[in-house]
Amino acid sequence: MITRRTFLQSSAVAAAFAASADSARADNAPGVTDTEIKIGQTMPYSGPASAYGVIGRTETAYFKMINEQGGVNGRKINLISLDDGYSPPKTVEQTRRLVEDEKVAFIFNSLGTPPNVAIRQYLNDNKIPQLFVATGAAIFADPQHFPWTIGWQPSYVTEAKIFAKHILKTKPDAKIAILYANDGFGKEYLAGLKEGLGADHAGMLIKEASYENSEPTVDSQVVTLQGSGADVFLIAATPKFAAQAIRKTFDIGWTPVRYMTDVSQSIASVMKPAGLDKSKGVITAVYGKDPTDARWKDDPGFKEYAAFIEKYMTPHELIDAFAVYGFGLGATMVQVLKQCGADLSRASVMKQAANLKDLELPMLLPGIKINTSPDNFSPIRQEALASFNGASWEQFGEVLTG
Amino acid sequence: MVERGGTPHTVVTLAIAVFALVFPFFASGYHLYQGEQVLIFAIALLGLNLLTGYNGQISLGHGAFFAIGGYGTAILITKFGLPYWAAIPLASVVCFIAGFLFGFPALRFGGLYLALATFALAVAAPQILIYKGFDAYTGGAMGLQLAKPHAPFGLPFNVDQWLYFFCLASAAALYWAASNLVRGRVGRALIAIRDQPIAAETMGVNAALYKTTCFGVSALYAGVAGGLSAIAVGFVSPESFGLALSLAFLVGIVVGGLASLGGALFGALFIEFVPNIADQLTVSFGESAKALPGAVYGALLILVMAAMPTGVAGAARAAARALAWSRQAKVE
Repeated sequence: MITRRTFLQSSAVAAAFAASADSARADNAPGVTDTEIKIGQTMPYSGPASAYGVIGRTETAYFKMINEQGGVNGRKINLISLDDGYSPPKTVEQTRRLVEDEKVAFIFNSLGTPPNVAIRQYLNDNKIPQLFVATGAAIFADPQHFPWTIGWQPSYVTEAKIFAKHILKTKPDAKIAILYANDGFGKEYLAGLKEGLGADHAGMLIKEASYENSEPTVDSQVVTLQGSGADVFLIAATPKFAAQAIRKTFDIGWTPVRYMTDVSQSIASVMKPAGLDKSKGVITAVYGKDPTDARWKDDPGFKEYAAFIEKYMTPHELIDAFAVYGFGLGATMVQVLKQCGADLSRASVMKQAANLKDLELPMLLPGIKINTSPDNFSPIRQEALASFNGASWEQFGEVLTG
Repeated sequence: MVERGGTPHTVVTLAIAVFALVFPFFASGYHLYQGEQVLIFAIALLGLNLLTGYNGQISLGHGAFFAIGGYGTAILITKFGLPYWAAIPLASVVCFIAGFLFGFPALRFGGLYLALATFALAVAAPQILIYKGFDAYTGGAMGLQLAKPHAPFGLPFNVDQWLYFFCLASAAALYWAASNLVRGRVGRALIAIRDQPIAAETMGVNAALYKTTCFGVSALYAGVAGGLSAIAVGFVSPESFGLALSLAFLVGIVVGGLASLGGALFGALFIEFVPNIADQLTVSFGESAKALPGAVYGALLILVMAAMPTGVAGAARAAARALAWSRQAKVE
């Protein structure tokens, strides 16, 4: 029943797509005037996830900068960023306000997996682009069923596949153990690892252990995993548990190659609590430039970012990873609007969001390019590996595609 | 007393009823959604007020019963194929049982200790919902998605209007039931237990039975609200039922007025709209204040409580009294 309905919907949308591509120029979207493009988003400015609010503020500041430079094709970007407190019922309310009351052209980078799931059907039913959702969940890259929804950052699946690729290349006879969070993030990671290994190498994954976010420690899981005799350990855990896992492997004398999700690569909140010495050799994946890394000091991309922070944000936000993220999103959005040219219909915006070719951004690592197409709704599919040297992350090897 | 205070009271009630009925014919879908949220909150607040306002049992955990109602409804619809109008009552019965059972340990706690025990419920609920063993039913951290119901019998309403009327009818029926409950023998017993538990028992009131049943009925109200919320939002996830929700309910009954059923509506309006107002106000303080809606909300809450220490209902009663006084003075 559901499949049939969604199938019908998606084919209808596909038809609409084709029609709009054929016709000369559709009408512009609501919220688009000769001088302005009005867009909207929800952000958790209040509540437990309010640390992410920096992203919305950075994006607002970024568009302010663009507007001061003359806007995009003569139009200023007006981002209306509303608080949803990371509560899906509120996300639905605020999104409906943006669409029905404020009459925005589309939704840009609303934050969080559950909030975005809650509004996805509504936006797709009404053919409103849900652009560059701020979540790593791979479920948002599903153009067949949700042709109006597109992600941005590497998904957890992408990252796990990159790790699998590296393992297959460097340690073809590895015995892999994985520790994962029992939530959407952890399960996508596990699925990605299995997908990356493929059916031929499925036997390499010899032990899985999960943990609940409510558990005090993951020590017992780590001991169990050690008992399996694995020599590669993949840590798909949020910061607190990742730190425990790193520390515990060292303390019990287990010395596998440790891969860790980029979710937990903060030196201050993971590597230091785990012990800088005990963290040596941990491998993670990166796609953005680390603003604390001295090697970017004279990099033109970093300088551009630093100049933006200096003029439009506060100095302490220079090293905030969320500010780097918002800066990248703003630049991607501007590129899409540039590509739209004079045709700012919703269909055209969606078409251009799915038509990014080798886009490089100031704060993406050299070699990492954004690519989308009608059947690829995962803009960033590349990451580079980095290992921890006891003080900082050291990038090594080539950029890998997941 | 009734005659004197009655006229303005009746006029206000009628005005609200007329507004509630006419509203969907000129409101946008977005405003209807807000209307649904207000009605849903009002139902939950009615239930909480029965428990806290009338019976004196503090609950900081009604978000948990709201969650059971919401998830129960979502599971019955998506996994068992029940229609929404059957799923909500069934889920509410589950809530009644859960509330009734929780009422037993609650008998042993008084005042702040009960507040803490129920607080634990609110903290535990989101985590229990993502427990691996229930994944097949709850959808784990990804939650469950629901399709919105269409108006039955060919009624000429769109989806939003129909949902609004469905919430309105539920709220009206539950308000009617609650007002009958508190006006009669049961209401007097509940209040007696709150004010003079020993005297009440001496009079032959079975305090244990009343308190546990009151807990159950209160949870049932929260369950209906949770079920309606699930179909109005079209989605349930653990984040929909966080700690903040339970606290918002407590704010709602205090702002609306304890032991006042009409106050539930005002409490619901407060918890639905004041966070939005706070978010709007932060904009006027400049971009750097964008992260402070919580602080503005707190300030507004303090202002409201300073102006109306007994809640909106208490303030309205005081205003009605003042009006009656001045009339009397004129006659004399």
